[in-house]
Amino acid sequence: MLLPIRWLKDYIEIDKTTRELADGLTLSGSHVESISNFNKGVENIVVGKILNIEKHPNADKLVICNVDVGKEKLIIATGANNLHVGDFVPVALVGAKLPNGISIEVTNFRGIDSFGMLCSLRELGYSDTVIPKESKEGIFILNKEYPLGMDIIDILNLDDQAIEFEITPNRPDCLSIIGMARETAATFNCELKEPEIEIKNEADKIDDYFNGVEVKSHNCVRFYGKVIKDVTIKESPLWLQSRLMEAGVRPISNIVDITNFVMLEYGQPLHAYNLGKLDGKKIVVRQANENEVMATLDGIERNLSTNDLIIADGKNPIGIAGVMGGFDSEITKDTKQVFIEGANFSDKSVRLTSKKLGLRTEASARFEKGIDPNLCEKAVNRVCQLVELIGAGTVVKGEIDIYEQKVEPKTITLRPERANKLLGTEISSNKMLGYLNGLGLKSIYDGKLIHTTIPTYRLDLSIEADLIEEIGRLYGLHNIESKPLIGALTRGEKSYKKNIEDKVKSILTGLGFNEVMTYSFISPKAYDKINLPQDAIERQYVKLINPLGEDYSVMRTTLLSNMMELLSRNYNHGVESMYAFEIGNIFIPKSLPVKDLPIEKKLLSISFYGDKDFYYLKEIVEKTLGRLGIKDIEFSREENNPSFHPGRTAKLSIKGESLGILGEVHINVINNYDLKERVYACLLDFDKIVELTNLEIKYKPLPKYPSMSRDIAVVVKEDIMVGEIEKIILKHGSGLIDSLELFDIYRGGQIGEGLKSVAYSITYRSYERTLTEMEINNIQKLIIADLENSLDAKLRS
Amino acid sequence: MKEKLGEIRSRALQTMDNVTSLGELEDLRVKFLGKKGELTSILKEMGRLSKEERPVIGQIANEVRNEIENKINCVKEELIEKQKYEKMEKEKIDISISTNKERIGHRHPLLSTIEELEDLFISMGFTVVDGPEIETVENNFDALNSPENHPSRDLSDTFYITEDILLRTHTSPVQIRAMKEYGAPLRIVSAGRTFRFDDVDDTHSPMFHQIEGLVVDENISMANLIHTLDIFIKELFGKDMKTRYRPHYFPFTEPSAEVDVTCMACRGKGCPACNNTGWSMELLGCGMVHPKVLENCGIDSDKYTGFAFGMGIDRITMVKYGLNDIRLLFDNDNRFLEQF
Repeated sequence: MLLPIRWLKDYIEIDKTTRELADGLTLSGSHVESISNFNKGVENIVVGKILNIEKHPNADKLVICNVDVGKEKLIIATGANNLHVGDFVPVALVGAKLPNGISIEVTNFRGIDSFGMLCSLRELGYSDTVIPKESKEGIFILNKEYPLGMDIIDILNLDDQAIEFEITPNRPDCLSIIGMARETAATFNCELKEPEIEIKNEADKIDDYFNGVEVKSHNCVRFYGKVIKDVTIKESPLWLQSRLMEAGVRPISNIVDITNFVMLEYGQPLHAYNLGKLDGKKIVVRQANENEVMATLDGIERNLSTNDLIIADGKNPIGIAGVMGGFDSEITKDTKQVFIEGANFSDKSVRLTSKKLGLRTEASARFEKGIDPNLCEKAVNRVCQLVELIGAGTVVKGEIDIYEQKVEPKTITLRPERANKLLGTEISSNKMLGYLNGLGLKSIYDGKLIHTTIPTYRLDLSIEADLIEEIGRLYGLHNIESKPLIGALTRGEKSYKKNIEDKVKSILTGLGFNEVMTYSFISPKAYDKINLPQDAIERQYVKLINPLGEDYSVMRTTLLSNMMELLSRNYNHGVESMYAFEIGNIFIPKSLPVKDLPIEKKLLSISFYGDKDFYYLKEIVEKTLGRLGIKDIEFSREENNPSFHPGRTAKLSIKGESLGILGEVHINVINNYDLKERVYACLLDFDKIVELTNLEIKYKPLPKYPSMSRDIAVVVKEDIMVGEIEKIILKHGSGLIDSLELFDIYRGGQIGEGLKSVAYSITYRSYERTLTEMEINNIQKLIIADLENSLDAKLRS
Repeated sequence: MKEKLGEIRSRALQTMDNVTSLGELEDLRVKFLGKKGELTSILKEMGRLSKEERPVIGQIANEVRNEIENKINCVKEELIEKQKYEKMEKEKIDISISTNKERIGHRHPLLSTIEELEDLFISMGFTVVDGPEIETVENNFDALNSPENHPSRDLSDTFYITEDILLRTHTSPVQIRAMKEYGAPLRIVSAGRTFRFDDVDDTHSPMFHQIEGLVVDENISMANLIHTLDIFIKELFGKDMKTRYRPHYFPFTEPSAEVDVTCMACRGKGCPACNNTGWSMELLGCGMVHPKVLENCGIDSDKYTGFAFGMGIDRITMVKYGLNDIRLLFDNDNRFLEQF
C-alpha cells in the first residue's frame, strides 16, 4: 500500500515528518517497507510558455522555440512534435539537473545555440508505468496556466514523499488512503476528517436512462450504481493526474481517473460502463454460461465457465465481476452516458475466477481480501461529487441499490481487567476507551464494561481478544514492561528418543563421520537408480499432488538414494573421501491411495567412500551400538538386496528382530550415481535402536586371577564363515573365555586349493579362581573335536 | 700409611672429575675400591700397625672409602643424567610438521543450531516435543483458526498429498497436538522440518526449518511473552541485543507481533544489510494464543491464556554463520560441513 503523504494530509492535520509518521505507524501495526521521494533529482526546472515555434533551418526533425520563463525569453531547440504556441511546459534551464544525472548546458544544434531543454514526464523522473499514454512521447504540457518561472517542484509536488506499507491480510480496510488516515489519526491522536459527500445538481431520473439491474447470483452481495449524463471525456485536471501518478496509477481520462481516485481513497473498486453500449440499457449479474466468451478491457478473449460471476447487459457479458470490465462497454472519447458501478462480490468467487484466468487486477486483489458492502454507496456518490467538481458530466437523480442481506454493525463487550490480564499491563479503562474511540470504534464505558460498536469496515474485529489487540497496539507493545513467568517450577527436558539421537550423533562425529541433512521428498527415479525392482516394497510411496517438479515429488521410503546422491556430488567435486551419516524420517503409507497420515519412521544411515572397507563399517556400527548397550548383534549374509553387493552385505538382527542392513553398495548403483569408488552403506531402524538401547551400566569387578592364553589354528573350506567357528569355540568355552581374537587368515602355500587357515588367540579366565592347565586342555579338546565334526576342520600344527 | 691413604684419596677424587663414561667410572672403581684395588691393598697392610694405630688408621681408611664411594655415586648420577639429555637431544623432531591422518566428524550447522535452541529452552523450563512432517489440514490450518480461503492454503503455497493431508507448512500443528494431548498448563518447544511451495533460490527452499514455542497457564500475559523472548534472544545473539515488538497478524494469535532484533551486521548502527534501520526484520513471530485455538484443543480460554512464538531456523543459522545462500545447508558439500 503506497501512501503519498500529501494525500494523507487531506484528511488529517498533522505536523510530523515522514520519518516520524513511518516509525509511529510501524509501532502501531502498519509495517513500513520503504519511504520514497517523488523528486528523483530534479533541480532548476521552471514553467515556461511557448511564444513561437519555427522550423530549424538545418534539421528537418528539430524545431526552435522561443520560450518565456518569466525573467527572460530563451531560444530552445527540441525534437518534440506535440507543442503549440501558448502551451505551458517544464523548462530545464541552463544549469538544471535531471534525475538521470544529466546537467543542462548550452548546446549547439546544427548551428543554433539552445539555452535549455523542454522536458517530458520521463525526464522529470516519472516511471513509465504511470505516465499517461498520450504523454509518453513528447513534452509534458501543463493543462493549466501557471506563473512563468515557477519551480516545477511546487507544481508537481515533487518535494513530497510516499510510504510503502505492508498491510496484513486481516486489515483490507487499510488498503485505502482513508483507511491509513484513520490509522494515523489513532496512532498520533489527531482528528480524521472524511470528505463530506454532497452532490449539488442532480437532473432527470435514473429510469429515463437505465432499465435497471437484475441480480441472479448470491455471489453478488450488493450492486449499487448511478448514471451520469452529458459526459465529456477528456484528460483529467493536473491535480487529479498527479494524485494518481503519486499513488502509482496511470491517468487515462476523467471518468476512469475519478473511479480510480475513489478506489484509492476508499478502497472500493468501481467500474464505469458506457451506457450507450449496453444492450437493453440494463445489467444482469449472473454466473457465466459454460464456455461463454468475452473480451476484457485489455483486448484478450476470456473463456468463462459457470463458476465465474459476470456482469452482462441484455445479451452479452460486459465485465467479469470484480476482476475486469469488458472491451465493448469501455469508456471512449465519444461516450455520453455512463453507469457507475459500486458493487460487492464474494471474495471467494473473485479469488477463484481471477486465479483461474490468471488475471489479477487492483479490483480483484481488493475483493479477494474482503470489502465492507456498505462502502459501495459512499464511493459511487463520491465519484458523482468529483464528476460534478471537475465538470465531467451531470449526475442523474436516483440510484440502483440491490442489497438483500444488509450488513449491520456489531457490538463487542470488553472487560478492561481481562485486557490488562492478557497484556500484562495496568491501562486505565478511560485510556482504553480513548484508544478505541480514536480508531473510530464508538465505545462507551458503563463503569464495569466497555461496549464497542464495530463499524462494518472492520472485518477483522469479532471477539474481545480482537479489541484487546487494538488496545495493545495503540498502547504500544514496545511499551509493555516485561514480566517473568510465574507459576509452578517446571523442569525442561528432551524425550528419551531425542537424547539417544544426540548421543548417537556425538558418537558418530567422534568416530569421524559428518552429519548431513537431505530433503524428505525425492524423485521416483531414485528407486531405479538404487536398483530396486518394480515390485519392491519401497516403491509403495506417498506422492505429492503438486510437487515442485519430479525431483521432489514423492516422500522417501529410503535414505539410501539421498546419501548416494550427496556422496556422488562430493565425489564429482573432487572430494577424496567422505564419511557421512543422517538421521531422518522415511514415510510409509498405511494404505494406497493415502487415506490416513502415513507412518513416519526414523532411520540412521551411515555411509562412506574412501580408504576403508566393509569391516571398518561393521566395526563402526558395532562400537556405536555397543555404546548404547546394544550387544550380541547377529550378522547374517544378505545376498538378495538389489542395492547391495551380494557377497559383501550383512543383515543385522537382535534376537531374530531385524535391525537393518550393512554392506558394500551394488556396483550398478555405484555406476548409476557416477561414482568410481566403492561405497559402503548402512541403514538402521532408529526407532528399534532406541527401543533396544540400555544405558544402565552395571560394573563388573576387575579380574583378580590370572588368565591363560591358547592359540588355535584350523584349516577349513573357503566358504566356512569365521562366525561359525567362533560360535563353536564360544559354545565350549563354558563362560571361561575372556576374549577371542582372530589374528590370522591364511590362504595358499601348503594349505591347498579352496581352503583357508584361521588362527585364533583364546584367553581363558575365571573371576572366581585360578584355572588349571587340565581344564583348559579339556576345553581345547572339545573345541577341536567339534570343529572337526561340524565344519570338517583340520587342526593345523 | 696415613700419607698413602691421603694420596689415594686425592688421586681418586681428582681422576674421577675427568671421567666421561660409565665404563671408565667402573674401571676406576675397580682400580681404587675393587678386591685388588689400591685401597684394599693398603688395608691388607693394617696388620703391621701397632694396636694404638690400627683403629685410627682404620677410621681414616673407612672415611677415604666412603668419600670415594660417594664421589663415584655422584659422578654416576651426573653421567646418567647427561646420557638422558644426550639421547633426547638426538631424538629431536620437527614439531612444525602437521599430519592429516585422523578424521573428526562435524555436526551439520543447522541441526546443531536446533540443538542449541532446544537446550536454551530446556534451561528455561520448556519440554521438547516432536510432531510429524506429514499433517492433516485440520491440525495445520483449521484448528489454528486459519481462514477457509486463506491463500496459504492454495496448491500454489502448500504441498498436498490428499485434500485433507499435506506437508506441514509450519511447526504450529505441534501446538495443537500438544494441547490436545497434554491440556493445560503446558510449556513446550518443538523444532523441525517444514515445507512450502517455494522454488529453490538464494533465500528459499521448499523444505526449511522452524522452531515453535508454546506456554499455556493461568495468567499468562504478553508481558511474560516479551520477558521470555528477550531472555532467549539475548542468550542466543548476545547481551547487547535489543528487541522491538511490532503488532502484526497471525490467524492463531491475538494480539500478534513480529519481533525485530538489533541488526547483527552493524549492531544497530544502520548498514545496507538492514536498510539503515538498525533492525534485523521479522526474525520471529509471536502472540497470545487465539481463544478459538485454545477452545479447538479443549482448553478453557477464559481460565487459561497462553503465548506462542515461532521462527525460521535456517535464517537464524544463516545470520549466525554469515551464510549468503540457503542452498549450502542442503547441499551437504563436505568442504562446507567440515567448517563447523
